[in-house]
Amino acid sequence: MTMNTQGRPTAPTAVSTAAIETISGSRGLLQQEGLLFEIGTPETTGVDLPKPKGLKSRLGGVARKVDTGLPGLSEPQAVRHYMRLSQKNYAIDLGLFPLGSCTMKHNPRLNEKMARLPGFGDIHPLQPQATVQGALQLIDELATWLKTLTNMPSVAMSPKAGAHGELCGLLAIRQALIARGEGDVRKRMLVPESAHGTNPATAAQCGFTVDEIKANKRGRVDMADLKAKLEKSEDVAGIMLTNPNTCGLFETDIREIADLIHKAGGYFYCDGANFNAIVGRVRPGDLGVDAMHINLHKTFSTPHGGGGPGSGPTVFSEALAPYVPVPFVTKDEDGIYRLVEQVDGEASESFGRMVAFHGQMGMFVRALAYILSHGADGLKQAAEDAVLNANYIQARLKHVMSPAFDGYCMHEALFSDAFTADGIETIDIAKALIDEGYHPMTMYFPLVVHGAMLIEPTETESKAELDRFCDALESIARRAAQGDDTLKGAPYLAPMRRLDETRAARKPVLKWTAEDTSKVAAE
Amino acid sequence: MTTYYTKDHEWVRVEGDTGTVGITTYAAGQLGDVVYVELPEAGASLAKGDGFAVVESVKAASDVYAPISGAVLESNTGLADAPEKVSEAAETDAWFVRIKIADTSELDGLMDLAAYTAYCEGL
Repeated sequence: MTMNTQGRPTAPTAVSTAAIETISGSRGLLQQEGLLFEIGTPETTGVDLPKPKGLKSRLGGVARKVDTGLPGLSEPQAVRHYMRLSQKNYAIDLGLFPLGSCTMKHNPRLNEKMARLPGFGDIHPLQPQATVQGALQLIDELATWLKTLTNMPSVAMSPKAGAHGELCGLLAIRQALIARGEGDVRKRMLVPESAHGTNPATAAQCGFTVDEIKANKRGRVDMADLKAKLEKSEDVAGIMLTNPNTCGLFETDIREIADLIHKAGGYFYCDGANFNAIVGRVRPGDLGVDAMHINLHKTFSTPHGGGGPGSGPTVFSEALAPYVPVPFVTKDEDGIYRLVEQVDGEASESFGRMVAFHGQMGMFVRALAYILSHGADGLKQAAEDAVLNANYIQARLKHVMSPAFDGYCMHEALFSDAFTADGIETIDIAKALIDEGYHPMTMYFPLVVHGAMLIEPTETESKAELDRFCDALESIARRAAQGDDTLKGAPYLAPMRRLDETRAARKPVLKWTAEDTSKVAAE
Repeated sequence: MTTYYTKDHEWVRVEGDTGTVGITTYAAGQLGDVVYVELPEAGASLAKGDGFAVVESVKAASDVYAPISGAVLESNTGLADAPEKVSEAAETDAWFVRIKIADTSELDGLMDLAAYTAYCEGL
């Protein structure tokens, strides 16, 4: 679809079709912009303040003696700087964001309105609890929804992101093993090779060793390999499994996996990153899960990426419930909400505290607004639509691209690079998508698929949007299959051409220096 | 001097009881441009199958597993400043470590060049 120009005819004079360079570096109405260090000076300031009088240093002689040299800008300069940068940004509010395993879905405006209500937006975590009963009630209500949707008896609301929730889950598992007197013995954590990288990292952070389980030809856990790894089971702490997994597939043997792990004396951590695909349809508590984090910034539509912050409440089974971290909200018999802050009394077995306060209040409000505006049936439909959209993409592109696995997918479609001609790689396709106006898909992940391209459209996209995206990707895929070398040069139309990732990684420049700019200018 | 290969794409060149270990040209090709290599210090003791080094490319970070047990005699420290060598000369200059082999019978389960080449073709 192109812009409708009815009543606005253009009449450019044909002079030349050669590339046009501009003196300012800006193109059309898109502004070129330098770094703050290049456009500001230490002498400039946005605010004139009188020199303070009678000021005595209390720094005991360690005060800085030379100027910081930090650039100053006037207010309009500062506003324009960030506005110009934002013009170069790509956001879910601009278009489809097909990053697989990220669930980049629309952030409803109703969420924002609720989060800005003064009773939620303007409160302080150290306020007397009697003055924030409504906020505590909201945390408790969201907790109830999360426990109901997962069929798990307990939830820790304080973790601040997905990986933080993983840490919370594994610390609880560690605490449970210590309580059983097996903390020093059960040190082996099983992790499938398709897992998110944060899984083995979290396990290592908690002092476990990581034992990788192979995937089978269907992209799921290889049960024979799992059973072999459980033959000697006295050192097994548990398993970390994502479901649906990072290949976009439902782990069909999940009940048997849970039983095997429990029989081996371990716990089952489920990575809830892909919960959006099953919320309202499947309750992880029914699958034998002992702990699972929930990304409010994925499944429950709170802002994601630069617009965050994240929030990773973690639900627990009966077996792990005693070890949940403080603080948590409880409701006394007289209807008063109360924060349990100390590791004693009703929280005497808690593994401790992960954060200073109570979690991401602003995200709790947004997530509950999303849940209440959708209702149980709406949440279920969102999950179904997310899966339908991914399957639509897979169905539309499977003739030109190569699906990594047979059959239907869940919430994300995974392709390998098998369809590309020699010399054309996944990265060339991703860069060409930028020219077409799309943020690229997740690429080279999961590692079990060669040249992986992982596409998660979410339920946000209409059929018309999906078609527009598929038209663009289909055309790029055909060019890739034919070995069209021009793909190697993409992107052509972005503010920056293709970055030299190898050089950036080998010789990272982490600090701006004035010398560098003069050198670049001289080259 | 014989060279053996693993299914995880490491090679070990054996001279007496010393083994020189690296990753194969096939593995380096799959990784793409290597940007970082982390190696163990001399003296570290490795058990067969242990992840002893990390290779990072623009696409992925991968563990490198010990093809054989033994003590590290020497690490190829030059790789830290010139990771591109792994992409250019994986099976020669870009060796990772030299190991004093603990038990040469562990070599029995490894592949020779012909078997490894056939294995890669099947991937």
